[in-house]
Amino acid sequence: MSDQAERIEVGSDQDVVRVRQLIRARAVAVKLSLVDQTKLVTAASELARNTLVYGGGGSVEVTSVDNGRRKGIRIVFADQGPGIADLDLAFTDGYTSGGGLGLGLSGARRLVDEFDIETAVGEGTTITVTKWCR
Amino acid sequence: MERVPILKIGDILLVSIQIDMEDQVALQLQEDLADRIVATGCHGVIIDISALDIVDSFVGRTLATIAAISKVLDADTVVVGMRPAVAITLVELGLSLPGIRTALNVELGMDLLARERGEDDDEPDDEDEDEPGASAVATS
Amino acid sequence: MTLSADEAARFAALLEENQEALVAAWTDRVTTSLRGRLSHAELQRQTSEMRRAFQQALAGAAQDLTTEAAGELRAQLADLSATRARQGFTATETAVSVFALKEAVLNVLDGSDATTLRDYVAFSSFVDEAALFTFDSYVRVREELIADQAEQLLELSTPVVKLWEGVVAVPLVGTLDSARAQVVMERLLQTLVDTGSPYAIIDITGVPAVDTQVAQHVLKTVVAARLMGADCIISGIRPQIAQTIVALGIEFGDIATKASLADALRYVLAQTGKKKGR
Repeated sequence: MSDQAERIEVGSDQDVVRVRQLIRARAVAVKLSLVDQTKLVTAASELARNTLVYGGGGSVEVTSVDNGRRKGIRIVFADQGPGIADLDLAFTDGYTSGGGLGLGLSGARRLVDEFDIETAVGEGTTITVTKWCR
Repeated sequence: MERVPILKIGDILLVSIQIDMEDQVALQLQEDLADRIVATGCHGVIIDISALDIVDSFVGRTLATIAAISKVLDADTVVVGMRPAVAITLVELGLSLPGIRTALNVELGMDLLARERGEDDDEPDDEDEDEPGASAVATS
Repeated sequence: MTLSADEAARFAALLEENQEALVAAWTDRVTTSLRGRLSHAELQRQTSEMRRAFQQALAGAAQDLTTEAAGELRAQLADLSATRARQGFTATETAVSVFALKEAVLNVLDGSDATTLRDYVAFSSFVDEAALFTFDSYVRVREELIADQAEQLLELSTPVVKLWEGVVAVPLVGTLDSARAQVVMERLLQTLVDTGSPYAIIDITGVPAVDTQVAQHVLKTVVAARLMGADCIISGIRPQIAQTIVALGIEFGDIATKASLADALRYVLAQTGKKKGR
């Protein structure tokens, strides 16, 4: 069971802002608590920026999900960029290959309930995150 | 591109961020603020983020950079008005904003700046080590 | 076992023809089973509404409870169990009120041939289904009640009080689980903003035990408050809790901890005084 998906192509800074606004609206619609909305939008901002900066652009797709007991938001970040060679390293707090604070991936994972990453060197990266209502 | 306005009030520059900033806007603010500190000779900067509904690592880093640049230009920076949900999220994200002083609102931020300046005048070497419980982000 | 269309129609007719006798017998049985905790008149109203719902469902050729024709009946049953659950009746008592229809029908049923018997068995399983349905809705309503109460308790048990100009306190009472800790954390931080208080005292005198998880929540609150520009002091640490904290290796770092709320307040006032004086 899910609502219709909404999709944003991420190719510039403005698109990251649009992703934040879309996710905020969808999170409000499924009645996530204020703190959970903030966590999800922050995680989405980190991951969308990764898609832009490291993946060379890509897409973000949002769906509302319902597992029968709880509602939630699922977001898929996909790019056809260089991929991530060493996942363990990428998830280490403070590690960065792009001059950031090195909290994007590991921090975003702490802000959501489910986090799934698929990546292959030279083919791109797809990250799926889900946040459920309490 | 939108720009964040910088207001001068006495010896203080006040920046109130009212928009969902693109990364470029944040970087522009960083530049503008450095210019204004030099141009006005102000010794304090207050950045009001009470209208921001999120602070991600990019904005966090920009705030830290602004504080560091201001320090070099002999101005103290206080970030004020962080929302509870934003603070909780930052803790979870693992971002502790080292080197940034914070206060609950603009008024308390101005008190803090006045106190710091006072201290600097009395004891130029006093860097806060004497206060128990004070950390880099604490206001005490 | 589902009802055939013929059987459903025959029972719809039966419920129609004998409505008065049925409602009377049914109401009597329910009254007895509830031992007078609901008035005869009220039960009579309920049973006659239920009879009509049953008849409507059967006349609409409902073969079991899930069909569309039984929609009204389902609503009636759900309503019945919701009321009974709130009035404090047990699930069994609620289900028995539905089962009693079978006995009432048996009374008005004439003839003892095989067809009547087969009809009755089929109808009886339909009623069983209805009774089970009340059971399910009963449980659901009770779960909602419990969730509501838990929420109310949460509200009750986490007051944030203003102690002094610029100083708020949260006296924590009872076990801190993850959900409660989150509520406390959010409320405390919001109060800091609303009152513009740069100091918060978290008093844990009423917390029976501190484990690593509780400590984590408290620590996160303190760090979040610092990010916002406020300082937290933890007070009310009893001797055995101090021992657990050390034994578990929980690090409070540079967070001020005081034995009593009074000590914490004295400490804060000294801090603010020092600042004003400078």
